[in-house]
Amino acid sequence: MEILVIILAGILIGASVYLMLSKSLLRIIIGTGVLSHGILLMLLTMGGLKRGGIPVLDDSVQSYSDPLPQAMLLTVIVITFALTAYMLVIAIRVYKELGTDNVENMKGVPRDDD
Amino acid sequence: MTLIHFAILLPVIAAVFIGVLYRYYKDVHLGWFVLPVPVLIVAYLFTLIPTVSSNQVIFESMQFMPRIGMNFDVYIDGLSLLFAILISGIGALVVLYSIGYLSHYEKLGNFYVYLLIFMTAMLGVVLNDNVLMLYLFWELTSISSFLLIAFWFNRERSIYGAQKSMLITMFGGFLMLGGFISLSLITDTFSIRGMMEQIPAIQENALAPLAIILILFGAFTKSAQFPFYVWLPDAMEAPTPVSAYLHSATMVKAGLYVVARFTPLFAFSELWVWAILLIGLVTLVWAAFNAVKQDDLKAVLAFSTVSQLGLIMSLLGIGALGVHSGASEQVFTIAVVAAVFHLINHATFKGALFMIIGIVDHETGTRSLKRLGGLMTIMPISFTMTVITSLSMAGIPPFNGFLSKELFLEAMFSISEADFSVLADVSVLFPILAIVGSIFTLVYSIILIRGIFLGKTQPETPKEPKEAPMLMLISPIVLTVLVIVFGLFPNILSGTIIDPAAMGILNTSEPLNTEISHWHGWDSPALWGTVAIVVIGALMYLFRNTWMPVYRFGNKIFTINNLYDQGLMYSRLGAEKITDGYMSGYIRSYLVYIFTGFAVLAVITMINTDMTFEWDTASAITIPEVAIMLIILAALIAILVTASRMVSIIMFSVIGFSLSLLFVFFRAVDLALTQLAVEAILTSLFLLAFFHLPKRARHEERKRFRLNNMIISVAVGATSIIFGIAAYSNRLFDSISQFYIDNVYDLASGGNMVNVILVDFRGMDTLFETLVFGLAGLGVFILLRLRVNRKGENEFEEHA
Amino acid sequence: MNLKSTLKKLGYAKVHKQMNDVFLKYTAKVVFLIIITFSINLFFSGHYTPGGGFVGGLLAAAAIVLLLLAYDLKTINKMIPFDHKWLIALGLTLSVFVPLVLMIFGQPFFTHQALYIELPIFGEVPIHTAVFFDVGVYITVAATTLLIITLLATEQAMSDSEGADRS
Repeated sequence: MEILVIILAGILIGASVYLMLSKSLLRIIIGTGVLSHGILLMLLTMGGLKRGGIPVLDDSVQSYSDPLPQAMLLTVIVITFALTAYMLVIAIRVYKELGTDNVENMKGVPRDDD
Repeated sequence: MTLIHFAILLPVIAAVFIGVLYRYYKDVHLGWFVLPVPVLIVAYLFTLIPTVSSNQVIFESMQFMPRIGMNFDVYIDGLSLLFAILISGIGALVVLYSIGYLSHYEKLGNFYVYLLIFMTAMLGVVLNDNVLMLYLFWELTSISSFLLIAFWFNRERSIYGAQKSMLITMFGGFLMLGGFISLSLITDTFSIRGMMEQIPAIQENALAPLAIILILFGAFTKSAQFPFYVWLPDAMEAPTPVSAYLHSATMVKAGLYVVARFTPLFAFSELWVWAILLIGLVTLVWAAFNAVKQDDLKAVLAFSTVSQLGLIMSLLGIGALGVHSGASEQVFTIAVVAAVFHLINHATFKGALFMIIGIVDHETGTRSLKRLGGLMTIMPISFTMTVITSLSMAGIPPFNGFLSKELFLEAMFSISEADFSVLADVSVLFPILAIVGSIFTLVYSIILIRGIFLGKTQPETPKEPKEAPMLMLISPIVLTVLVIVFGLFPNILSGTIIDPAAMGILNTSEPLNTEISHWHGWDSPALWGTVAIVVIGALMYLFRNTWMPVYRFGNKIFTINNLYDQGLMYSRLGAEKITDGYMSGYIRSYLVYIFTGFAVLAVITMINTDMTFEWDTASAITIPEVAIMLIILAALIAILVTASRMVSIIMFSVIGFSLSLLFVFFRAVDLALTQLAVEAILTSLFLLAFFHLPKRARHEERKRFRLNNMIISVAVGATSIIFGIAAYSNRLFDSISQFYIDNVYDLASGGNMVNVILVDFRGMDTLFETLVFGLAGLGVFILLRLRVNRKGENEFEEHA
Repeated sequence: MNLKSTLKKLGYAKVHKQMNDVFLKYTAKVVFLIIITFSINLFFSGHYTPGGGFVGGLLAAAAIVLLLLAYDLKTINKMIPFDHKWLIALGLTLSVFVPLVLMIFGQPFFTHQALYIELPIFGEVPIHTAVFFDVGVYITVAATTLLIITLLATEQAMSDSEGADRS
C-alpha cells in the first residue's frame, strides 16, 4: 500500500510541477494546491500506514498510528489553505491591474515610477 | 517572576498602556504619564543599594527557555546596579525634559513607546547573567535607537543616521553573538557567572582569542570606539532628549559595560588588555582632536562623547592590565575606580550639556556656532550651567570632572612608572596621549562657552532668543547640582556605588575603601599634568587661528565616513548585480531553479548514501483505497488536459475530497476532518472568485515549451517517488513519536495525541502557524482593498 | 445571492428560476445550527477525541459560508457586528497571552497546566490551559477564513453592481 501511495504522491508532485510551469495564473494556483496534496500523502506515508488504531488514547488499543506526521500535516493543510486563498487573491488583483493572466507577459508592464 | 523581573519589564508593559492613553487623553502631554515609570524603577533600585554595597549580590532566576539554556537570570552586583541606576535616573530626567522639548504636534505616542522599549532593553542588558538574553536585549537597544534616531523620518539626514547606526551596531552585535556562542562552546554554559568559574578552561582553549575579538567588536561598535565611532555623530539627528539619553548617558556605555563585565574573564589574554587600552586612547585623542573643528553644537558634543568613552575604555584597559598581571596593585584599582567615577561624572555633565544645547537649539532655532553668540545676558541660567558643566568636562576644579581626570592622569602616569617589560619602550606615550587628549577637551570646552554665550550678540538667529521655560531647565539644573555635589563631596559615592562597582569589575570581594581626595600634594604628577593641560590648552585656544588651518590638510577621500558610504554603495551595487544575474523576473525561471535543484540534489544524495529499498513491511492493499486513488488520478488527468476553468476547479476539489477519504482509511481522523472543512471552504472561495478569474484556464503553449516543462516535471516526479521509497525503507534513527504516545496523558493530560502535539508539545509551532494564518488574512485584505489614490498615497477603499 | 449570480453568469438562468429561496434559507438556518454546534463540540472534545481549534474554526467559518450562500453579505455583517480584523487580533493576542501568563506562575514558556475541578452537574471537569490557547487558535482561524470569504464576496457584489450599471 505504502509504495502505491508514494507513487501516487510522486505523480501528483510531478503533475503539479507541470501545472506550475505553465503560463496561466489559474493553473499555477491549482498546481500549488496539487503540490501540497502530493506532499501531504508523501509525508503521511513516511511513518507507515495503518500501523495501529487512530492516535487517540484508548486502553483497549495496543499500538497507535504515528501521531507526529498527522499533527504536522494538520498545520500543512491549514497553511496551504491560507496560501491558496492568498494566491487566489493575488491572481485576482494582478488580473485586474494588468489585464492579463499570462505570466510570461507580466514582466515589462510599465511601472509608473514618477 | 520576581519584583526585579517586573521592574525590568515595567517600561515595556507601560508602553502598551501608553499607546492606548495617547488616543484618549490628547490634552495632557503624554510625558506626564511616562514619567512615573523610570521614577518608580529608580526608587526601587535605590532600595537595593544597601544590600549591594555590603558586598552581596542578588540573583533571581526565571525560566524562559530552559531546554536551550536561555533563562532570564537577573544578576545584580555593584556594576550592574550602577548602570541600572544611571539608566533609570537619567531616564526620568530625560522624560521630564522631553515634556518641555517636544510639542504636542509631534508623534508623542511613537516617541515614548520607543523610549520605554529602550529602557527595558537597556536594563535587560545590564541586569542579565545569561549571555543569550543579554544579546537579545542588546539588539533591542539597537532597534529602539534606530527608531528614535529616525523619529523625524521625513528628514533625509535622520534616515541616513538611523541606518548607519543600525548597520554598524548590529554588525557588531551579531559578531558579539558569535563571541558568546564560542564562549559557551568552551564552557558549556550561557551564564556569565558560570563562565567565571571556568577561566582556566577558557585560557587553554584555542577558541578564546576568537571569542575575545568577536565580543570586542560588539563592545567597540556600540561604544563608538575608533574606527566605528562614525555612526555617533550622525546619530545626533535624533531629538535632543534622545541624544542626551541614548547617545551619551546610557546606550553607548553598554559597550563599556560588556568590557567591564568580561574583564575578569578575559584579563588573562594580552590581546584583550591591549586592544582596550590602545583603542581607548586612540579614540580619546582622535575624537577630541576632531571635536574642536566642528561647527554644529551637537557634533561637538558627539565627538566629545566619543572621546570620553575612549577615556573610560582606556581606564578599563589599565584595570584589565592589573588583573592580568596579578591584581591588587594600587595603580590598577585606581584606574578602575576612575573608570567608574568618570562614568558617573560623564553621565551628569554630558547629560546636562546635551540638554542645554537642546535648549539653545529650541530657543534660537540654530545649533551652528557661527550663528550663535552673546547669549549670556539673555539666557543666564543656561549660561551658568554651561560654564559649570563644560569646566567639569575639561577637568577644572572643583567640579567632579576634575577629580576623575586627576585619577585618570594618575593611572596613566603610574603605568609608565610601573615595571612591565612589554611596556618599557612605549610606556611614556600613555601619559602624553592622555594629556594631548585632555588639552583638546579643554579647547572645545572653551569654544562651547565662548561660542554660544560670550562675544557679540548675533542678530540673525532664526528665532528671537529667550530663556527656556522652567520645565526644560529642571533636568539640567538637577544634573548641574550633581556635578557640583560630586565635585565637592566625592566620597558620598565612593563607598556606596563606586566601590561595589569597581569590585564587580575586578571580581574581588576585598573591600577597596576608596577615598577620593582633591589634593594629592605638590609631588603628584597628576597635579602638574592638570597644570600643563590648563596652560597649554588656554594658549592653544588663544592662538587657535594660527593652528586651526591644520584641519584643512586632512585627507578628504580616505576618511572612515567615506569608507562606510562607499562600502555601503558598492555592496548594494554588487548585491544588485548578483541578484539581477539570476532574478529574471519570470516566475517560471524561479520554479525551474527550484525544481531542477531539488531533483539534482536528491539524486546526488541518493547516490552518495547507502540506501536499500525494501517493501516487505508495507501494509495490505485494499480495493476501496485503490479506487479512491484511481479517482484522484483521473481528476488529475482532467486538470492537465482541460482548458475550462470550471472543470479545473471542480476536479481540484475532487482531489481534495478524495484525499480526505483516504485519510480516513489511513487512521488520520483529524486530518480527514480538517481536509474536509478546508476543501469545502476552498471550493466556495474558488467559486466566489470565479467571476474575477481569467476566462480560460490555459494558454496556447509551444511544443518546445511544453516538452521542457514535461521533462522537468517527470524528473521531479520520478525523483520524489524514488526518494520517498528510499526514505520509507530506511530509518536512520528512532522516531520521537513514541515519546508523544507515551506521555500524552502523563505530561499533557490529554487523549487526542494529534491535538495535544499541536497545542502543547509543539505549541510554539502552532502559535506561529496561527500568526501566519492571520497575516495571510490581513494580506488578502490589503490586496483587495489597498489602492493608490491620485496623490500617490496608499488608502483603503471602504465598501458599504 | 452569490451562487445565484455565479450560476447566472454561467448561463444557468433556468436553474436560477427554479431555485426556491425560502426552502434554501430555511434549510441553511437549520444546517447552520447543526454545523456550528458540531464545530463547538469538535473544539471542546479536541483534547481527548478528534477535533481541535483548527477544525473547529474552519467548520465555524464553513457554517457561515453556508449562510452567505443562502442569504447575502448584509445579513452576515449584521450577524457578526465586529470587524473581522479585530477578531484576528483578539485570537492572536489570546494565543500569545496564555503561554506568557503561564510564565508568571514560574513555568517555562509554553508549559500548560491541567486542573480538575468539581462542578455540580457535570461532575469532575478538567480545566486545561491548553484549551485557552486553542480558543485563540479557533478565533484566529475562524476570523481569518471569514475575512477572506467576506472580502471576496464584497468584491463580487461590487462587480455585480458594476455589471448591472453597464448593461
